[in-house]
Amino acid sequence: MALEQAMKPADFATEVHNDWCPGCGDFGILRTIQMALAELRMEPHRVTIVSGIGCSAKTIHYIKTYGVHTLHGRALPYATGVKLANPQLKVLCLSGDGDGLGIGGGHFVNAGRRNLDMLYIIFDNGVYGLTKGQAAPTLKLGVQTKSLAHPNINDAVNPIWLALAAGATWVGRGYSYDIKHLVSLIKQGIEHKGYAFLDVLQPCPTYNDINTKEWYGGEDRKETNNGRPLPRVYKLEGEGFDPVVHDPPEIEKKVTQALEKALEWGDRIPIGVFFKNEHVPTFEERIVQRVPGYLENPPALQPIAGPQGEPRTDLTRLIQRLTFKGA
Amino acid sequence: MPPAANQTNDLSWMIGGPQGSGVDSSANVFARACAAGGLHVFGKREFYSNIMGEHSYFALRAHTKLVRSHIDAVNVLATFEAETLFRHAREVTDDGAIVYDPSLAKTRLADVPTIENRLRTELQTYLISHGVGETLDDVLAASKQRGVALVPIPFKELLEQVADEFHIDQLSKISRVVNMLAIGASFGLLDYDFAMMRAALEDVFRAKAKIVEMNAAGARKAYDIARTLVPGFRYRLEKVPRTEPRLFLTGSQATALGKLYGGMRFQTYYPITPASDESEFLEENEILDLNGHGLTPDAAAPAKEKGASILVVQTEDEIAAVTMATGAALTGARSATATSGPGFSLMMEGIGWASINEVPLVITLYQRAGPSTGMPTRHEQGDLRFALHAGHGESPRIVLASGDFDECIRDGFLAFNYAERYQMPVIHLVDKALANSYATIAPPDLSDLRIDRGSLALANNGYSNDNPYKRFDLGNGPVSPRALLGQEGTVFWNTGDEHDELGHITEDPGLRNAMMEKRFAKLDLAAREIPSEAKVTYFGPKDATTVIVSWGSTKGALLDALDRLWAEGAKIGYLHVRLINPFPVEEVRAFLAKAKRRIGVEMNFGAQLAGVVREQTGTEMTHFILKYNGRPMSNTELYDAINAVSRGKAEKRTVLTRGA
Repeated sequence: MALEQAMKPADFATEVHNDWCPGCGDFGILRTIQMALAELRMEPHRVTIVSGIGCSAKTIHYIKTYGVHTLHGRALPYATGVKLANPQLKVLCLSGDGDGLGIGGGHFVNAGRRNLDMLYIIFDNGVYGLTKGQAAPTLKLGVQTKSLAHPNINDAVNPIWLALAAGATWVGRGYSYDIKHLVSLIKQGIEHKGYAFLDVLQPCPTYNDINTKEWYGGEDRKETNNGRPLPRVYKLEGEGFDPVVHDPPEIEKKVTQALEKALEWGDRIPIGVFFKNEHVPTFEERIVQRVPGYLENPPALQPIAGPQGEPRTDLTRLIQRLTFKGA
Repeated sequence: MPPAANQTNDLSWMIGGPQGSGVDSSANVFARACAAGGLHVFGKREFYSNIMGEHSYFALRAHTKLVRSHIDAVNVLATFEAETLFRHAREVTDDGAIVYDPSLAKTRLADVPTIENRLRTELQTYLISHGVGETLDDVLAASKQRGVALVPIPFKELLEQVADEFHIDQLSKISRVVNMLAIGASFGLLDYDFAMMRAALEDVFRAKAKIVEMNAAGARKAYDIARTLVPGFRYRLEKVPRTEPRLFLTGSQATALGKLYGGMRFQTYYPITPASDESEFLEENEILDLNGHGLTPDAAAPAKEKGASILVVQTEDEIAAVTMATGAALTGARSATATSGPGFSLMMEGIGWASINEVPLVITLYQRAGPSTGMPTRHEQGDLRFALHAGHGESPRIVLASGDFDECIRDGFLAFNYAERYQMPVIHLVDKALANSYATIAPPDLSDLRIDRGSLALANNGYSNDNPYKRFDLGNGPVSPRALLGQEGTVFWNTGDEHDELGHITEDPGLRNAMMEKRFAKLDLAAREIPSEAKVTYFGPKDATTVIVSWGSTKGALLDALDRLWAEGAKIGYLHVRLINPFPVEEVRAFLAKAKRRIGVEMNFGAQLAGVVREQTGTEMTHFILKYNGRPMSNTELYDAINAVSRGKAEKRTVLTRGA
C-alpha cells in the first residue's frame, strides 16, 4: 500500500478555507494526521477518513484523501461500514468528545466489541464548540467554562477507561500541541492490528477557558528557581511504562496499570500508549473464519454483473433448498 | 335436502397451540405434505409478541390452483389443547370438523388465563345464547349442534403407545409428537394419501430417521382413528399430477432471493420483528455461488470470483444499521438494511444523509402495526406516508411496495438498480402479512432482469488538480458519475451539510438551489424512465365502472376475491400500485378516469395511498375499505365488502374486522 516516493504533508492538503478559530487545538491534529500519512507514504486514494459533526468533523475537508463527513455521533458506524465492505482500505475515524462519547456513546462501546482494524481519534476539549460552548462529556464535575450558566452538573466520562472496558486493543492519548509525539501516536494507531483508540487533548481557545494551552503547559505554576513552567502533560514512555501485552496471561496486569494511569489528572496528565494487545482476533479475522474468501474478495470488490448486466449471483443452490421435491 | 357434494382440494385448515409448542413446525409439515401431493398452499401465521405460552395459530389453505390469501372460514380445526378450541371453534364451517383431545372436555373457560377479558365476555355471551355452560364440552356441543363433526383423538394414549414402541422412557421427550398426531388425524379425515405426510416428515427432519419414524408412527395411528370416526367427511384432499418444481417459501425469503440476485453483498440489521427473518436467512446462506449468466453454472469463472459472499452485520441499533450500510454503499458494494417501524423511525437522519450525498442505499421496511411498539407481531400497512416523508428537510427517495412473493423478488432486485441509477435511497415496503406467510409458487422467471449500476466514474480518467473529479458535477444532467471509495484518481468528499461539486460544505444560495434542483431532477428522470409495468398493474375489464386502488399485500386477497366477483360477471377493475414514489401520476389518472366508483382498499386507518392519489392526481376515492385491527384482510370479507360497494349498498367507509 505504501508508495515508493517520499510524500509531504502538503500532498494531503486541500485548498478549502479553514474556518476554525485562531489558536484552535484542531490545527495540531490536522497537521499531525497529514504528517503521519506522509511519513507512512500512504496513497491518498487508499485512505478514507470519516468524521461525525462538530469542529473536529470539518477536518476531513482539509485533508486530500477520501473524506466522509457524516452525522452527529455516527462516524463510527459509517467508518465501520466502509472498512467492512472494503477491508483493503485504510480507515481513520474522527470525532469530538461530545460527538463520540455523548450522542455517539453507544457506537463507541460497540466498536470495541468488534476490534475492526482502524484508528478512531477523539478531539477532546470538554465543550461543544460549534454550538457555542455547552459542557461536553469529558468536562469534569463542577467545572464552569465561560459560556456555562452554572458549574457542570454532570461528571466526566473517562475515555481511556471506557475504551478499555469496551475492548479497544490499542489505547493512547496525545496532546495537540506536542506535534512530534502525536504524529508518532497516530502512526502507531494506524499500524496497530485491530481497533485503536486515540484520545487527543485539544484546547478550545474560544469556549474552554479552564483547560487551556497555558494550563496544559503549566504556565500557572512556574519553577521558582528558573521561572520555567511545569507542564502538566508528561509522556508515559518517558517513565518506562510498558503498555504491550506480550503474552495473553499478562492482560489483567496491563489493563490494571492502564486504568491506574488513566486516573491521573490535574497536576500530572499522562500521554502516550496506555495499552496494546494484538492477541485478540480482529473482526476481519473473525469474518474469515466464516467466509474464507472475505479479504481477497470483500463485498465492494465482488463482480455482480456480466458485461450486459447479466446477474452473476447463482441462486440455483438456494432455490433448490427452498424447492420441495415431494413424494 | 340431499347431502352436499364432496369438496376436493379446496380446504381451509387451522392448527393452534401455545407458542413454543411446535405449532409452526407442524403447520410446516402439513403444508409440505400438501405440496408433496402437487397442491398449492398458502399459510398465514399469527402469534403474540411472546416467547412461550401465548396462543398462536396457523391458517392454511390448500388448493389445486395458486392460493394467494386466507379465508375466514375454517373447514378443519386441529389442536391438542383447550385455548385453540375456545378461540376458534366458532370459525369452523357447519360441514367442517374439529380434531381435539377428549381428556380436556371439562376445562372451563375460566381455566385459560391467556384469553383476553373482552374475548372471554364475548365467548360467555355466545355460550349462554346456545344454552350451554362454560366448559370445552359445551363449546364442542354447540359446534356439534351446527353439524360440525367432532374427532376426539386420545393424544396421551397414542403418545404412550409411540413411547412403548420406540423405547422412550419419558413421555415429555416426545411431547412434540402431539402436533403430528393432530396432523395425522386431519389427513385421515381428509382421506389424503398418508405417503405425502411421510414425505413431508422426511423433508422436515431430514437426517433424523428415528424422529421421522416416531412421528410417522404416531401420525398413522391418529390418521386411522379419524378415518374410522368420520368415514365420509365432505372435504377431501387428493394428489394431483404436477410437472414443474415449486418453491415453498416465506415473503422474507422471497425478498432475500431478489436482493441477492440483484447483487447485494452487504446487509445490516438490528433484531426486530418481523424484519429479522430476512437477515437471518441471509446469514445462514452467506456463501454465494457465481456464474456467467445468472442461473446457468459457468465452470470457466475465474477461481478468484468463486469466493462470493454476502456480509450480514448485526449492529448495535438501527442508527448504526442505516449508517453502516451507507458506508458500505460508498465503497461500491450493493448494500441494504432491513427493519420494521420502530427501527425505521431511528433511521431518519441516516436516510437524509444518504439522500443529500446521493448514495445508493436500499432499506427494506417490513411494516407492522404501529405506532410506537404497536402490535409487533401483527399486520398493518401504516408506513406509506412515513416512508415518503421520513426525515427532516426535503430529500428525494424512491419508494416501492411489493404485493406478493413474485413482486418481493423482483422489487428486491430492482431496488438496487433504482438506487444506483438514480443515486438515492430506495425504500422497499413489504408488510408482515407477506413476510410471515408461507406459500408455494412456481420458480420465478427472472430472465429479463439485468443489473444496472448507473453512471460510474472511471479511475484515473484524466482528472488532475486543475480538473478534479467532481462527485456532484453540475455540468452534465442531474446524475453525476459516481466514484467509489478506494478508487484511484477520484478522491471526493461527502458531507451532511449542503455541498459544492467536490463535496465540500457550502452555504452559497446559488449552489444550494443548483444542488436541490439536481437532486430532485433525478426523481423526475426516474418517473420518466421506469416503465409503466413496473409502476402499476391493472387487473380486470378495461371498461370497469368500479375501480379498486390498493398496494402491498392486500393484492392476494383482492385477486382471490375478484376471481369470484368476475366469475359472477362483476365489472370491477383493480389498480395495484407498486411504485409509490415518484408517483405514477399519468398511469393512475388514466385508469381512474372513467370509474364512477373508486374504492381505496388499504390495511390502515387513514387510507394513506388514497390520500397520495388525491394529492398527485386530484382524483378522490368514492369509497374506502379499510382494516386496522392487526389482522390481514381475508378474501371472503373483501368479497363481501366489494360486493356491497359495487351494488351501491355500502357507506363511504367500510371497516373490516375479521381475524382472531
